[in-house]
Amino acid sequence: MSRAGKIARRTFLIGSAAIAGGVAFGVYMAKKPIPNPLLDDLKDGEAAITPFVKIDAEGITLITPRADKGQGAYSIQAYLIAEELDIDPATATITPGMPGQAYYNASVLSEGVPFPAYQDGFVAETLRDFMSVPAKLFSIQMTGGSSTVPDGFDRMRMAGATARETLKEAAARRVGVARGDLRTENGAVILPDGTAIAYTNLAAEAAEIDPVTDVTLRPASAWRYLGKPDLPRLDMLRKCTGTEVYGIDMEFQDMLHASVRANPAVGTAGARVDAAAAEAMRGVEKILPVSNGVGVIANNTWRAFQAAEALQIEWSAPDYPGTSEGIFAALEQALGDPDSYDHRQRDEGDVDAALEAGDVIEARYRIPYLAHAPMEPMNAVVRVLDGQVEIWTGTQIPLFIRDRAATIAGVAPEAVKVYVLPMGGSFGHRLEMTHVEQAVELALAVPGRHLKLTWSREEDMSHDYPRPASVAAGRGKVEDGKVVAFDLSVSQSAMAPEWFGRLSGMSLPGPDATITTGSWDQPFDITNYRVTGYRAPSMVPVSSWRSVGASGNGFYHDSFLDELIHAAGADPLAERIRLCLHEPARKVLEAVGEMSGWDGPSIAEGRGRGVGFCMSFGVPCAQVIEVRQTEAGIRIDQVYVAVDVGEVLDPTNLEAQVFGGVIFGLGHAMNCALTYEDHAPLETNYHAYEGMRLYQAPQIEVRALSNGSRIRGVGEPGVPPAAPALANAIFAATGQRIRELPLNKHIDFV
Amino acid sequence: MKLTVNGTEHEVDVEPEMPLLWVLRDELNIKGPKYGCGIAQCGACTVHVDGMAVRSCQLPVGDLEGDVTTIEGLGTPESLHAVQAAWVAHQVAQCGYCQSGQIMQAAALLDLNPEPSDAEIDAVMSGNLCRCGTYPRIRAAIHDAAQKMSEA
Repeated sequence: MSRAGKIARRTFLIGSAAIAGGVAFGVYMAKKPIPNPLLDDLKDGEAAITPFVKIDAEGITLITPRADKGQGAYSIQAYLIAEELDIDPATATITPGMPGQAYYNASVLSEGVPFPAYQDGFVAETLRDFMSVPAKLFSIQMTGGSSTVPDGFDRMRMAGATARETLKEAAARRVGVARGDLRTENGAVILPDGTAIAYTNLAAEAAEIDPVTDVTLRPASAWRYLGKPDLPRLDMLRKCTGTEVYGIDMEFQDMLHASVRANPAVGTAGARVDAAAAEAMRGVEKILPVSNGVGVIANNTWRAFQAAEALQIEWSAPDYPGTSEGIFAALEQALGDPDSYDHRQRDEGDVDAALEAGDVIEARYRIPYLAHAPMEPMNAVVRVLDGQVEIWTGTQIPLFIRDRAATIAGVAPEAVKVYVLPMGGSFGHRLEMTHVEQAVELALAVPGRHLKLTWSREEDMSHDYPRPASVAAGRGKVEDGKVVAFDLSVSQSAMAPEWFGRLSGMSLPGPDATITTGSWDQPFDITNYRVTGYRAPSMVPVSSWRSVGASGNGFYHDSFLDELIHAAGADPLAERIRLCLHEPARKVLEAVGEMSGWDGPSIAEGRGRGVGFCMSFGVPCAQVIEVRQTEAGIRIDQVYVAVDVGEVLDPTNLEAQVFGGVIFGLGHAMNCALTYEDHAPLETNYHAYEGMRLYQAPQIEVRALSNGSRIRGVGEPGVPPAAPALANAIFAATGQRIRELPLNKHIDFV
Repeated sequence: MKLTVNGTEHEVDVEPEMPLLWVLRDELNIKGPKYGCGIAQCGACTVHVDGMAVRSCQLPVGDLEGDVTTIEGLGTPESLHAVQAAWVAHQVAQCGYCQSGQIMQAAALLDLNPEPSDAEIDAVMSGNLCRCGTYPRIRAAIHDAAQKMSEA
């Protein structure tokens, strides 16, 4: 069986090690199999100890290294281990542990994660390869790209199974029976006579023996937790009682509180500061420069905020356009300009010939910059003491933070400890680390003291690295009731190279896949089919926003497809199904048709439905949205969603993530934009940037299919189809085709 | 200046214009109420003052009249308030950061209106922002809590 073979090859990764008073399982055993260009400072053969399970006399600890920003990562990682370990994860300590996963993740890449780039291991080859961007990201300990489940599905179960079998072996040796005659249950090895020996009692002996690695993972039919309905999230009780400790809740004796104001033209140095009034305010201890701005250290967060507000600052201006109008003009200028050509990943048939004559359908689209605006603003606690740096923060990139803090503080990376805390949302914001850099700079000025930097909401929204604004042009053709030509061009500033450069100091040569991710890679067969990315100049610094490139490209691709289908006089759902060449994708389209009772885009006078589809992160997701026109504006009545992530591990949380993705996608498509004037966004708090509130939230029905072959993550794929499905529904209900987000620039919502 | 929070009286030395939120969080180390916006636009800081839901980020502590209850005083992990129990049963929280405020707002709603309609829930709860999109489960949990409280 090929699957068993694959797992057997992986077993060499999972070992054990003695720790003080116990044993750690999941330790990386082999030398790194390939050179990793991003981690040259790791010495050959250096131990990258990465335990997933630690057992000592006190209890069992599960290490869940993928960060939890609300998507349930801690819970699912713990359940994956517990499923094979035979424990109730609610009885274990669950912690993200200390960052240091680089080694291990690089190995997993070589074990078949679907990024081909690393097979040869040569830096240049790797960097040139279009697909290498995600590979590089996952070779370091990063949470993102809906990758936690696909990355951990086999590996974390293997750690649990190895631990279980090794504990059985320890018991077998102690009592002199064969391991095969033992079983495990609820944190104990059960002897043939029914006697139970707790794992905690076996830990010291387990550490002394070679780990048992020839283990077979249990089939899904034997699972007790995974795949079961009503799997409780392990952080739910804390989050419903105010007892979860987020980064912003960290408290230390004699802690100082800080705030900053940095140039709203993010990343631009130079300012004239008058701090006289702020210095005289109660509780203010120090006012000092930080990179691109000014920091205030005080004895209370509010006092720090007040003093920061009182600073009189004149900022320097960068040399890119300072207004949204100027920015969009630059994006439009790059669109179709041969000098701005970036990549063309899809080019089928002969698009130029097909569009040379006859009725060519053309449309232009645009989307704005969007803030991540997670509920918990950026914050970090830092203490610098005797050459050691400690950092407490919610982050998706702990190793980048470790290395940058080391550089700022002038110490070795090993002298930096990063404690990763639960996050009050992220949506990609915590893939950046400006706030941590500022906190380290400030903490260096107060050695020995814990210092908590908290960004005000205004600082958070105006110093976000937003979702890129972009523009697109579609040209296409229909014949005999069918779509026969589809040509989409997208213009955007480069996102991935900018972001990676900020984090690593390395430039990423080659094209920027994010410009067309979500449009070039759609599972349709159109006779003449082309998608081209154009790279506009760098302007407002941009970053990943939940669903990344697909957040905009999903809107472009599916909106334009809908226009062509309408022009062809075909049914929006039936024509998508006809064009679809991917079985699992076709099934999700068919499923939303069935769920919604689809019988065409019209429902009744003033009511309509639209279909939206996007395949992102390997997950096909289709949505049907029903809207009605009321005197108060458009009202969304109902959303139907079908999605295929392969095996469903946690149905309750899958539904929650899809609800969240749809609401995130709809709320921003309807209501949100960052509008720039004088290089700063006008929207700096939630009154001007709401996303969606409860009164606008529709009924949502979710169906998960399992026709896809590989297990996938569901944190992001619900987002991209929401915007086009809504725009297509509005067209069906009103005849108004809206090609620019946010939609409320063109139509009112209830 | 004295204030009573969750049944305990505290003495603090702060300027009267400091918002109650920051007195709770930074002076008294009561971290359940969250900072989200500072301008009463998100509701993450919601507490009860004599049973009424109040945005603590906008209430200068010098203007406080009445006893303060925070999420920590509403119920505990060992002894949940009916609204908290419904939140757990419906697995409402994702990141959870707004949920202290959502739960305090919902508890105040049910105190005044034991059987709210969807429209009434929308009206009262729309001041509490959730960026994760937990709204469908918030609605369901409030109805569930209302039913359980009426049976109790």
